[in-house]
Amino acid sequence: MTTEILDRQRPATGTLFRFATAGSVDDGKSTLVGRLLHDAKAILADQLESVARTSLDRGFGGAEGGLDLALLTDGLRAEREQGITIDVAYRYFATDRRTFILADCPGHVQYTRNTVTGASTADAVVVLVDARKGLLEQTRRHLGVVALLRVPHVVVAVNKIDLVGYSEDVFAQIDADVRRVAGELGLHHAVSIPVSALVGDNVVERSVRTPWYAGPTLLELLETLPAADQEDDDAASFRFPVQLVLRPQGALAPGLPAESFRDYRSYAGQVVSGTVRVGDDVTVQTPGQEPRTTTVVGIDAAGRDLDTAVAPQSVALRLADEFDVARGDLIGAAGSLPVPASNLSASLCWLSPKPLLPGAKVLVKHGTATVRALVQSVKGRLDLDSFEEAPAGTLQLNDIGHALLRLSAPLPLEPYAVHRRTGAFLVIDPQDGGTLAAGMIRNGAGQ
Amino acid sequence: MTLTPLHDTAAPGLQASGVLDTLEAESIHIIREVVAEFERPAMLFSGGKDSVVMLQLAAKAFWPARIPFPVVHVDTGHNFPEVLDFRDQTVERLGLKLIVGSVQEYIDRGELQERADGTRNPLQTTPLLDTIAANRFDAVFGGGRRDEDKARAKERILSLRDEFGQWDPRNQRPELWNLYNGRHTVGQHVRAFPISNWTELDIWRYIAREGIELPSIYYAHARQVFRRDGMWRAVGEFSQPDRGEEVSVRTVRYRTVGDMSCTGAVLSEARTVDDVVLEVAASTLTERGATRADDRISEAAMEDRKKDGYF
Repeated sequence: MTTEILDRQRPATGTLFRFATAGSVDDGKSTLVGRLLHDAKAILADQLESVARTSLDRGFGGAEGGLDLALLTDGLRAEREQGITIDVAYRYFATDRRTFILADCPGHVQYTRNTVTGASTADAVVVLVDARKGLLEQTRRHLGVVALLRVPHVVVAVNKIDLVGYSEDVFAQIDADVRRVAGELGLHHAVSIPVSALVGDNVVERSVRTPWYAGPTLLELLETLPAADQEDDDAASFRFPVQLVLRPQGALAPGLPAESFRDYRSYAGQVVSGTVRVGDDVTVQTPGQEPRTTTVVGIDAAGRDLDTAVAPQSVALRLADEFDVARGDLIGAAGSLPVPASNLSASLCWLSPKPLLPGAKVLVKHGTATVRALVQSVKGRLDLDSFEEAPAGTLQLNDIGHALLRLSAPLPLEPYAVHRRTGAFLVIDPQDGGTLAAGMIRNGAGQ
Repeated sequence: MTLTPLHDTAAPGLQASGVLDTLEAESIHIIREVVAEFERPAMLFSGGKDSVVMLQLAAKAFWPARIPFPVVHVDTGHNFPEVLDFRDQTVERLGLKLIVGSVQEYIDRGELQERADGTRNPLQTTPLLDTIAANRFDAVFGGGRRDEDKARAKERILSLRDEFGQWDPRNQRPELWNLYNGRHTVGQHVRAFPISNWTELDIWRYIAREGIELPSIYYAHARQVFRRDGMWRAVGEFSQPDRGEEVSVRTVRYRTVGDMSCTGAVLSEARTVDDVVLEVAASTLTERGATRADDRISEAAMEDRKKDGYF
């Protein structure tokens, strides 16, 4: 067996790490993603052959030829024809340390919508900056969205460093700007790296042309940043939105003994944060009802009895008390859930071409609960250049604003700033079912 | 497929428990969300490895209850008999209802025409959409993975289709956090892809870890084959060598299992699941590039089929 084969086997270990990329037009983001995949040896021979063929057809690299690595990420016909990226694309690769899911978010068309989508599940966001241009208005906006969505880590890839003669001064200036903006935004974990996606400097391979840079390459950094699930595993933050009640009577899976499951009842869901153990006391919050406390007597994972479940496991909980629990209920560590409220104060990333107007009737999907809601008022709109809230009466596509909603049933509303999973919700159009906004709860966060 | 406690069949050092556990949890969450929010879901099940894994995840999602929806197979009429047998045995064992849409019947009735190149994969779209409409399914689970193809890389986990089953890649709903919006209007339906984030290697590692049974043609066996378009094609009722295409007996296995008329075998000595994991990890070709004639038609072959309502 060759060394190369052994190299490819090693991705068997490690954790899953999700990251998103964001950049402005012509920052070279597609090329960076292509470079990362290529140098991490995630591109297979037939994919490379197809890129080589198209690069040649288009005369990429002039007479010497070359690979236009941006072609690796353009999925749709219109994207290849127009040389642009239209929609978020997902990529998969692995190294010996980690398995990665990359949400590649296009920069120009509906950039807020795409960046919000990619950032919502990301452990880290890589923001691209063109070394010749420095921090642009759009870079500040990307960083603003990343801060708002509470993405744990931000990496600023200062690209095209080859085109500024590998200048340490240029990089130092951009790095200082990044630190200043990150400080204003409360981004505590922002790191800059000088890279050239085209040439390959500091993407996977350390560059000899930036001797003044002692930090990690982009891939080294991504391999070592902690994943969000690893950071939040205590018992007090246990949260479990109930998806379904499992009562197999009459519809038992074949092969299971009926007598053992005659009185079986469990609550299926995913642990979205924290840890739960058999014997733990938990609070069950049904929308509009008083909270009830009971004890976890069993944790089932498809026939295996577990002692403990941690985020992000999908399990079924058995509870000591036989009271009514249903989809839409939230189970949490005893006494840890907020008092349900009907007045929702939230940041909204408006994702629809239809503007948000006060008086609109919408649906709010929070965890597994969906309730009707009335938009009472728009309090303000975030100026993405100053990061200050300016008065506004409406929100348009790609706006980020602050609104007050009145819910038809009280929900346990937790601040997104503290609970990234249970602090999030969707705003849905009750007429056509479209997703109107990404919502982040501000109740209880001093707002 | 088994739901007895998990056992380790993988060789030491081949486990990806962290990654596989995370992917499994995500898929089960998606399957449960769709069942909770839709009235008439169904799952596509061909007996191919991806749909076998998806069905295993469904069995886990509802344990100890039975899988609460029927399975659908669009039979091209050119399927491998070993795979059809496996399909029927699996459905029987899990106590499921199987609904079959038959491409052959459409051809016999003159509603679909055989293509000049003989491949029947693109012909599956009409029977699929008719089966969805006739059974009034509002959500259909598919085993598509985003690593399979450039167009699939842009697919949502819940993908809204209009009354003609069409996918509009430029107008997809944003998918935020793990909150899936399955709202749809009358006539629309949703395709749900619970294993979107799995790669081919993840699928095989999971099959090894869980001890999942697959149709025998996924493992190395001797078969009469001939060479066409750079692929090894089986000699069979639906695929015969042309003049000049020499038939020989080779040890092969299938990396994907589709229509016999367009699926190629790969030369392989991988007789066990662990052998296959090693082989896939070391492969230098994508599975579709290595084995699917239909995806070689053009750069955008999959995109075009998907827009028309394909899986």
